[in-house]
Amino acid sequence: MSLATAHFAPPVLSLRLFAVWRRNFLVWRKLALPSIVGNLADPVIYMLGLGYGLGMLVPQVEGVSYIAFLAGGTLCYSTMNAATFEVLYSGFSRMHVQKTWEAIMNAPIALDDIVAAELVWAASKSCLAGVAILAVIAAFGFTASPLALAAIPVVFLTGLCFAALGLIMTALAPSYDFFMYYFTLFITPMTLLSGVFFPQNQLPETVRSIAELLPLSHAVSLVRPLLLGQMPTQIGLHVGVLATFTVVAFWLALALTRRRLLK
Amino acid sequence: MPLEISGLVKRFGEGAEAKDVLRGLDLRLRPGECFALLGPNGAGKTTTLRCALGLTTPTAGSIHLCGLPVPDQAREARARVGVVPQIDSLDPDFTCAENLIVFAGYFGIRESEIRPRIPELLAFAGLEGKDKARIQSLSGGMKRRLTLARALVNKPQLLLLDEPTTGLDPQARHLIWERLRRLTAEGTTILLTTHFMDEAERLADRLAILDNGRLLAQGSPREVIAAHIEPQVVEVFGDWKPGGQPDSGAAAWAAAHAGALSRRCEISGETAFCYTDDAAPLLAHLAHQPGLRSLHRPANLEDVFLKLTGRELRD
Repeated sequence: MSLATAHFAPPVLSLRLFAVWRRNFLVWRKLALPSIVGNLADPVIYMLGLGYGLGMLVPQVEGVSYIAFLAGGTLCYSTMNAATFEVLYSGFSRMHVQKTWEAIMNAPIALDDIVAAELVWAASKSCLAGVAILAVIAAFGFTASPLALAAIPVVFLTGLCFAALGLIMTALAPSYDFFMYYFTLFITPMTLLSGVFFPQNQLPETVRSIAELLPLSHAVSLVRPLLLGQMPTQIGLHVGVLATFTVVAFWLALALTRRRLLK
Repeated sequence: MPLEISGLVKRFGEGAEAKDVLRGLDLRLRPGECFALLGPNGAGKTTTLRCALGLTTPTAGSIHLCGLPVPDQAREARARVGVVPQIDSLDPDFTCAENLIVFAGYFGIRESEIRPRIPELLAFAGLEGKDKARIQSLSGGMKRRLTLARALVNKPQLLLLDEPTTGLDPQARHLIWERLRRLTAEGTTILLTTHFMDEAERLADRLAILDNGRLLAQGSPREVIAAHIEPQVVEVFGDWKPGGQPDSGAAAWAAAHAGALSRRCEISGETAFCYTDDAAPLLAHLAHQPGLRSLHRPANLEDVFLKLTGRELRD
């Protein structure tokens, strides 16, 4: 078996990965309040600012107030951002700067466990941030349906998906500056194209057909109806796309990380 | 057996760019001994340790760590091993005690089990009362000692240390040496890499000199010195003023006389190193050479090391 194919071998995981998850949780707990405020403030300000400001000009979108329309999108893109930031900047610190991963690999924990733990941790952290945003949305009365609670597992899946995609970048990054490309070339355009701020049917046909392939579009397609008290359509498709992105991206990220660290 | 390595080959890169960092390494550690792996930078010391821990797959050869085949059962084998890496990898977000607790968690050791051992572990590292101290507040020596304590949370049979005292001041080095001797006295096997000869000479029961991926010598420090080098060294330096001629250095003197008065002579910078079985004739000659100064001493490990690995700089 050549080295290149060995890097793509299926992950071998152990329950010890939860010790790594717990390490990240314990660090987060020390700074939980600023962390939540940080993850919360930005999206909430955007939601209220755009929602009330633009909402004056745009009375109704798809039959609801603009701010109620915006709430579901805000929840999705802020989850994406929280998961992405965690695996990019914090993950890179742990892998490259602090050598935390190397220390852990001297214990009976394999790199596969560590990368999987980072994936699940980033999803957990983004989900915590998502729940906080959901609470704000509910407190402002932008959602009143118990169906909104069903958005929480979708948020977790969205976190997994973007953590997995981000881990590919972390595995490739020579330095923190590299992440700027990922944000400007991938994350920001996706946020604008995925129906977060306006319905995708406003997009030109060709752009729209590409935009509908983006994982964030599928997260929005699930979360927005749930917050508005409606059952989403094509649930299987949307969940399937997010899950597929997660699995494929994680596999690729793991292979690239093995190539980087198990030399 | 704590560690058995045979025929270890590690190749990096492929095709024309391929480089063999290890070329058929054999190493057997005896239980309870301290073994030092000496070598210049780039000799393959760290790669040997990474292979032994199963962190990189060997190109050829077999490895057994604490009786288990590596890399196949590396995870299980690492549960019985402690590691002090070359680069500081303490968790800066945690206190000293938290570093130990979290690291123990990676071995499946519960907090309730490790917490009562923390005062003892910190005392061993000379860090009494530092349990709540932040990592940023520790000096380099304190960090290395905490890393040593961290490597002991799982009560390892074998301790691997990669250049444990590089960058430390003499006080800190002596403390680490004393603690390592205490560990071997308690039965822990130690494998350390170093390029400090005095460290190897003081600590190691046996040592090996590694260069270009091969072991060049192996044995106890005395055996290695006896087997590879003449017992006496006279270092000659200063100005040489033979009758009526202009001043010249030790190299000119060596070219004229060293061949007849010593078995072997090497010039390094401004100094001639003369190796011999009997230094008396050489010292008698030097007594009549005004301007030249000399230092007579027994041959040591550094002489062997320089003889075997050469005097050129390594990067």
